[in-house]
Amino acid sequence: MKSITNWSRQKSLWLLHMNTGSCNGCDIEILAALTARLDAERFGVKLVGSPRHADVLVCTGPVTIKMMDAVKKTYAQMPEPKFVVVVGSCGSTGGVFRGGYNIYDGVEKAIPVDLYIPGCPPKPEAVIMGVAKLIEKLNGGS
Amino acid sequence: MSKRDYTEFNLGPQHPALKEPETFRVVVEGERIVKAEAILGHTHRGIEKVAEQRDYNKALYLAERICGICSFAHNANFARAVEFVADVEVPERAQYLRVLVAELERLHSHMLWLGVLAHEIGFDTFYFLVWNDRELVMDALETLTGNRVNYGMNDIGGVRADLTPDIKGLLMRKLDELGPRLEKIKEIALKNKTVISRTKGVGVISNELARKTCVTGPTARSSGINWDLRRDQPYFAYGDLDFDVKVSTDGDVYSKITLRIEELFESMRIIQQVLEHLPEGRIKTDVRGKLDGSAVSRIEAPRGENFHYVDFRNSKEPYRMKVRAPTYANVVSSVEVLVGHYISDIPVIVAANDPCFSCTDRTLVIDRDTERYQILTAKELRKLSIETTKEEIM
Repeated sequence: MKSITNWSRQKSLWLLHMNTGSCNGCDIEILAALTARLDAERFGVKLVGSPRHADVLVCTGPVTIKMMDAVKKTYAQMPEPKFVVVVGSCGSTGGVFRGGYNIYDGVEKAIPVDLYIPGCPPKPEAVIMGVAKLIEKLNGGS
Repeated sequence: MSKRDYTEFNLGPQHPALKEPETFRVVVEGERIVKAEAILGHTHRGIEKVAEQRDYNKALYLAERICGICSFAHNANFARAVEFVADVEVPERAQYLRVLVAELERLHSHMLWLGVLAHEIGFDTFYFLVWNDRELVMDALETLTGNRVNYGMNDIGGVRADLTPDIKGLLMRKLDELGPRLEKIKEIALKNKTVISRTKGVGVISNELARKTCVTGPTARSSGINWDLRRDQPYFAYGDLDFDVKVSTDGDVYSKITLRIEELFESMRIIQQVLEHLPEGRIKTDVRGKLDGSAVSRIEAPRGENFHYVDFRNSKEPYRMKVRAPTYANVVSSVEVLVGHYISDIPVIVAANDPCFSCTDRTLVIDRDTERYQILTAKELRKLSIETTKEEIM
């Protein structure tokens, strides 16, 4: 059953974008990937407004103490099967902010992560490539 | 007006489409807002404290990552403050190159804002159009500095990348292409019925309120405060360049659109001048060793006045670093202005100040009387906004 669901989602991953304390750099690059020039929507990828509609949670930022609860709650609200993609260096490891008193050094401290797209920030092309990798991963029937 | 008419709800902290998480707690009576309150701090990363453990060369890159949209403003401002402490002269060519990147950043930031505002009023065609044209500016920035967002352009004492004739030619081509497109954007933004009906007379910040809440940047200039650091306290090479500071007196969202579009053309003018009159010479003076002393630097970021303070006590690491970004000043005014407007105007008014956040997701409506919970998503809130647009133009 899970493989059927995964198969059906290959062509239309719906993303929920969540800023977990980033500097906006990754966020505008995610949007740049979705707008006219690169138009990720041609792969069926689109942003949705509610966690209940989303397949993929796209997190940017190192998770601040104040956002920790919100990240966990949002993840819990998403229907199965769900995936988490982290965009940016600080979301992956803490990046330049590593060691700060108000951050958790990475999204993996809050929720399980499926895919990292490193870069500070990654180019929109890299964001699209990351999504393509995720689709590949679904193909593998993970 | 009895107590039972009031409804209190939270906006945020998460938004599906854009930017930083912030919460607005809003009390409404029916559809009208009677009280609004901003809750900040969701993206507090403790940068000022982290900077105290990094030497000034590393803290420079940390300062860049305070904000990904006005990254150059923070980066250059920090570099300038450290240069004051080190008491070095920055070469003239570097000063001009800093102006070049700062104005390219203003172009991309204002266009980004215009797209976001168009998105908030449900005019997505315009949003995509503006963001498509914005890519030209991003290309120019990438060619010049090597990066699209965090440019890494500045160094303490100068800049890291020079403008070669090849890059100059490419930049000129991009800007020639951008000119007519900006004209088109201007025409749509100023004449389109959808834009006018949703923004004219909405979110008026009076001159008095603007002064009371100490707003800065385009928000202040649209409320009739004639203040621009580029002209009034020239830094980098702005003193040598010829440009106008645009001021509007209406204070509504529409005047912020017109003002920012005028500023786009002024930025284009400044960039042309820089490309024509770029002086020859070195691009960097070396700064080495420990520093002692403190300094304040202020520059005009795309959103307003940006303040950096650094204090060195015979060390390479700052003893104290303090930053004040323009949104912090502007958010107070948008909270005051929300009162009296409809819920569907919240995205427009909050986005109008070009804040570094725009959060309208997971709206929690609590009816005080029945204690009934209702969760509105940003999608629904935006739908409400779009419906209002439709009603207005019908």
